[in-house]
Amino acid sequence: MADMRVNLCGVELKNPVITASGTFGYGHEFQDFYPVGKLGGISCKGTTLLERPGNPSPRIAETPSGMLNSVGLQNPGVEAFVTELLPWMREQDVTVIANIAGSSVEDYVAMAERLNDEDIQMVEMNISCPNVREGGASFGTSTAMIEDITSQVKRKLTNKPLMVKLTPNVTNIGDMAAAAEAAGADAVSLINTLTGMRINIRTRRPVLRNNTGGMSGPAVFPVAVRMVRDVYKRVKIPVVGLGGISTWEDAVEMMIAGATAIQIGTANFRDPYAAIKVIEGMERFADEQGLSSITELTGTLNEW
Amino acid sequence: MRYTQEYTTLVAKDELAAGIYRFCLKAPAISRLAVAGQFVQVLVEGKQLRRPISLAGIDKQAETITIIFEIRGEGTDRMAKFVVGDTVDLVGPLGNGFPLPDAKHPVLIGGGIGNPPLLPLAEHYGNAATVISGFRTASAAILQEEFAATGATAVLCTDDGTAGFAGFTTQALEAHLATNPCDLICACGPMPMMSRLADIAEKNGILCYLSLEERMGCGFGACVGCAVDIRDENGNIKRKKVCTDGPVFLSKEVVR
Repeated sequence: MADMRVNLCGVELKNPVITASGTFGYGHEFQDFYPVGKLGGISCKGTTLLERPGNPSPRIAETPSGMLNSVGLQNPGVEAFVTELLPWMREQDVTVIANIAGSSVEDYVAMAERLNDEDIQMVEMNISCPNVREGGASFGTSTAMIEDITSQVKRKLTNKPLMVKLTPNVTNIGDMAAAAEAAGADAVSLINTLTGMRINIRTRRPVLRNNTGGMSGPAVFPVAVRMVRDVYKRVKIPVVGLGGISTWEDAVEMMIAGATAIQIGTANFRDPYAAIKVIEGMERFADEQGLSSITELTGTLNEW
Repeated sequence: MRYTQEYTTLVAKDELAAGIYRFCLKAPAISRLAVAGQFVQVLVEGKQLRRPISLAGIDKQAETITIIFEIRGEGTDRMAKFVVGDTVDLVGPLGNGFPLPDAKHPVLIGGGIGNPPLLPLAEHYGNAATVISGFRTASAAILQEEFAATGATAVLCTDDGTAGFAGFTTQALEAHLATNPCDLICACGPMPMMSRLADIAEKNGILCYLSLEERMGCGFGACVGCAVDIRDENGNIKRKKVCTDGPVFLSKEVVR
């Protein structure tokens, strides 16, 4: 059987399948379906320095082959994450990736300091949340700001690898990834959601109370594949691919495009077993293809 | 285990009123876990998100559950096309259900498609209960025989006066309270109705629970999509999840 382990900037994952931030809570929500220790990793719900109530409802709208959300980073804050939610996760023998978001460089730096000695394996820095006015996305759309925030966070986060989560809402995502790499990022993950909107034609009101939201689901998958391929060509650090992956075939495709590991997001809502089915399907595919390691897929795209 | 994913079988289907369907589903695992006031998430082919539908019946012996839904859009329209014998992919039971406190004179109040989740409650309280059901018009009225069969006193209201009490459930409740004791109100329906009920309950010092509805992603707390503002004992407002913190809340907790 093929070796499913992957090395993501020094962190060994049991397999390349990570559940994406904001779609998997803190893992315990899925424990009734399967032991979350089977996963390659869990990227926790986006955490901010202080508790955030998030945006008013409605926060969810279905779209063709996808959805919009405008949750707005509702979370109990980094202290509650560490003291109340992390201990259970630690008992599950699963790689924990703490996802952090903020409204100022100081917020990110303070969270990096707070998490540096905690029992987590990696920090994913969300500079791409489209649902919070100051919420990160502004940091993720300028190469100068990406370099600044990445280098400042790296200075404090000395004990954990730093993965920078990129927004697709830019003209050239390769430039953004290169900026993160230049400033010391250990990996990049992409894509966060695409900013979108739906309107109720009777009331002429946006469906979401926040007016706009982040679009995810199978509809965004081709965009994500193209961007992962662009970024893989541009940087040397590992790329974690996400955006609309719902089947093992999608996951394999994303690895061929250049991903070292992948994340499953919106698919978790439709099928709580989506991530497990992806792992099993990738195992079968690897064996069928005669691979000795699943890592042999990464970046094997043969372009025309 | 709190909830599970289960491939259930549609064993009976009927149309209770135009566009309102009742499904009886063989669901051994979910029926074993379920309590009144909980809901299930229904998978619909071609739709990204499951549809949250409250339980209108739980039969632990027959290992079945009943759900009643109204066609509201594409997803529920596709659900209405399921036929007996079909496999229906459910996640459930979800939510916390009604707390079922001891009550001598409970009044259960449903507005439209908010009526079905009251049926298991009516079964619990039996002939002690009064059920006040409101509908737009006589042809939209459902479940009157079922409520009566539990032993409860069923009061039908229609907005247009084509059947039963002419007017809203809130008016029927006020009329009921004028001559009858009441020590518990449980309600499910449109927010304006529940908001008015909460006022009446507060004015009369009656314990009141409201079952809320909100657009949902997962249904089990992971996506934080179904937020609602809830006031705690100290008056602090916190954003809670309808799915895992509710869907049933004390009326005085709900920020309106």
